[in-house]
Amino acid sequence: MKAVYALIVVVALTGAGLASGASAALRGPLGVIVPYTACVILLAGICLRVWRWAATPVPFRIPTTCGQQKSLSWIPSAPLENPSSGIAAASRLGLEILLFRSLFRNTRYEVSEGRAIFGDSKLLWLGAMAFHWSMLLILLRHLRLFIEPVPAFVLMLQRVDGFFQIGVPELYLSDIAFTAGLLYLLWRRFGNPLVRYISQVTDYLALFLLLGVAVTGMMMRHVTKVDVAAIKQFALGLVTFSPVMPLTVGALFFAHLFLVSALAAYFPFSKLMHVAGVFLSPTRNLANNSRMVRHVNPWNYPVKKHTYTEWEEEYRDKLIAADIPMETPDVRAAHTD
Amino acid sequence: MSEPLIQIEQNQISGDWTAVKPEFRKGTYCYSAGAKSVQYLGLPNPREWQPFDQDWKLPADWKQIILDGFKERLGRFRSLRLFMDICVRCGACADKCHFYIGSGDPKNMPVLRAELMRSIYRRYFTTAGRLFGSLAGGRELTEDVIKEWFYYFYQCTECRRCSVFCPYGIDTAEITMIGRELLNLIGVNINWITEPAANCYRVGNHLGIQPHGFKDSLEFAADELEEITGIRVDVPIAKKGAEILFVTPSADYFGTPHYYTLLGYMALFHEIGLDYTFSAYASEGGNFGLFSSHEMMKRLNSKIYDEAKRLGVKWILGGECGHMWRVIHQYMDTMNGPADFLEVPVSPITGTRFDHTKSTKMLHIAEFTADLIHNGKLKLDPSRNDKWKVTYHDSCNPARGMGLLEEPRYILKNVCNHFHEMPAETIREQTFCCGSGSGLGTDENLEMRLRGGFPRANAVRYVKEKHGVNLLTCICAIDKATLPTLLEYWVPGVEVAGVHELLGNALVMRGEKERVTNLRGEPLAAEVSAENAPAENSNGSEAIHA
Repeated sequence: MKAVYALIVVVALTGAGLASGASAALRGPLGVIVPYTACVILLAGICLRVWRWAATPVPFRIPTTCGQQKSLSWIPSAPLENPSSGIAAASRLGLEILLFRSLFRNTRYEVSEGRAIFGDSKLLWLGAMAFHWSMLLILLRHLRLFIEPVPAFVLMLQRVDGFFQIGVPELYLSDIAFTAGLLYLLWRRFGNPLVRYISQVTDYLALFLLLGVAVTGMMMRHVTKVDVAAIKQFALGLVTFSPVMPLTVGALFFAHLFLVSALAAYFPFSKLMHVAGVFLSPTRNLANNSRMVRHVNPWNYPVKKHTYTEWEEEYRDKLIAADIPMETPDVRAAHTD
Repeated sequence: MSEPLIQIEQNQISGDWTAVKPEFRKGTYCYSAGAKSVQYLGLPNPREWQPFDQDWKLPADWKQIILDGFKERLGRFRSLRLFMDICVRCGACADKCHFYIGSGDPKNMPVLRAELMRSIYRRYFTTAGRLFGSLAGGRELTEDVIKEWFYYFYQCTECRRCSVFCPYGIDTAEITMIGRELLNLIGVNINWITEPAANCYRVGNHLGIQPHGFKDSLEFAADELEEITGIRVDVPIAKKGAEILFVTPSADYFGTPHYYTLLGYMALFHEIGLDYTFSAYASEGGNFGLFSSHEMMKRLNSKIYDEAKRLGVKWILGGECGHMWRVIHQYMDTMNGPADFLEVPVSPITGTRFDHTKSTKMLHIAEFTADLIHNGKLKLDPSRNDKWKVTYHDSCNPARGMGLLEEPRYILKNVCNHFHEMPAETIREQTFCCGSGSGLGTDENLEMRLRGGFPRANAVRYVKEKHGVNLLTCICAIDKATLPTLLEYWVPGVEVAGVHELLGNALVMRGEKERVTNLRGEPLAAEVSAENAPAENSNGSEAIHA
């Protein structure tokens, strides 16, 4: 049911995009107002969200240590799993962000006839890597639409991506990997009963939106063979704040644009913010050096204590009887005399 | 065992989890905190109530208290705010939790345990949640939610295993700690945590052992050690001007098998002539404040530095304990430091300066002893432990909140001849919790503890069958208290010991009589004859005395 809600939203968005694209009267607002608004929401939203995280203190140094600490000089430590310096912590975070280190650790645990069976479980890691890296590649490839002349590295990426030269225009590997990754993540959400149980409308929404973007994008390239030059002119217009409406592109482009805008505007309010959040995660971005360097908690406040003096007073007789050294052993004697 | 073992089965998982309410079935939950302890600590809403009661006698404005408390903590802990926001529900954490594995209850999946709180966060603290409610993953805060929080936040041992596997490092321990902290605001707490905390606050240790009882049990330990070794050791208490303050969990001087570890420490300290002192005021290393609130943690922990200052010691040495070390390593200096009245720990025996503790000035006994062995300062006879086939259970907090992995292994390999690791997925940073940590080691929830302990026990069973392992060593007081029961149930025939118990067995002391028993008073293995020369340290260094 949750997936259905999400699907309805994405279908409605696509429909709205198609309809507006088909109508000359709506093309103007759609092509200009929607992307600009989405951009503003995206940028402002991300900044606000990150600022709010960053402004919240990290009162304690709580890295999750995943390897040997730095302690005795003759015991080799594991700086990438248990960093003791800022540089090592940054490297650990780098591994996490670029290679999804923790996800790579994934195991499968099953109990069968009272025995535990461990299995390797790298598929989620593989799916996530395929999806995220190809998305980055696709985003970079899109730069060719926004920059003139097209930067050399973008052209190179494009060549590598279309290396196998399947079809005309050639099929991009990143498109395939992206869609396959998405479909895997979606299949997992549906097919794995545990993941289905924890899934929410918003989880499906993000996947459907991305899938909608991918499908409309690939359809433009491979099915309707959209007029790329016109789109580039439009895109250049957008980034130079002098948008020119493309007249020769079909409604499909507007559906694509509409879905991308919806995704961008939704981004700061969604779990997709994990992209920025992972940088700030205190269990991953801190060095495990809390016994070496004092970590300061900005809101550390004084607490009620049971002081030694109170304690000694409370247990005076027993301390005297047990002959345990005291601060003021003779106070009681003075009183009773 | 005649009764059938608990069946590990997967609960049915379909439909909407928010519609499922926890069932307070005997054996799965802990009893409420007695009013006396709550009152003594000055915590809110002391009263008589039990989780199975219909009416939990919450304060009239409980909802506002929770929401205000939540908001305050969102402003104080980046971990909380971030972990509320960025989970993508990938489910990588699901089968990493020992309670989920053992109970099959989907709300014990770390992701869902956190969603119990996230759903409230979304509904009350995010725009999308306020506008779209359940469509945006939000839900109303009701008394049933409080009951659910109670049920599941006390079925989490804050072991951090899920955090190792989370691609964003989301740490359920943070969620559980803050969840419990919120529950404490309306007087929803458990006795097994609150009473030890009250005892620790008042008397100085969890068990509420008063100063004379404390001294008696240490003296008794000295008697016992004398019987075994023929050597009388000193037990200094509150000795001003001693070089080192030694703090260890109170279970060490009152629990079994912890006690044998205490004998090991005492033998070691005597043998190397350490100038140290115990303290009756700070007679607890463990910290049940960690299991209730950051504030309580600080209140209890403050005694250690205060006592070190009063006694004028140079630095502090800490015994084998899991949660204690989480607090000491990651919280103490921040909460109660700076310890500028202490000196950077230097081993008086080897001269090693422990720079990794230069700010807290507190050293772990495993670090201290590993250094002694490495420098050849101890004469060891590992054959005295030949009756044991040993494995090592990494205690959660030293493993995942510190990274103390090699030091205890190094000691073990020097003090026993038969050491076998459990499977890689179950040790070091991936170690499985005993299932009773974070204040859940009580009797009334035994079924849930047995379930939670299953993954650990299963790995022990593996090495028992493969290598004949009959002893599980560890460095955590809660492990030592609860694993014997769990192993007796799941893997009968495997005993539990501290690392320094084995060290105490192997330690050849000057002037000792011929040892005929180990520290447990059990005969040494038959094949060890009196003429056997002490084996050389495995690192090849000639054993010499300090």
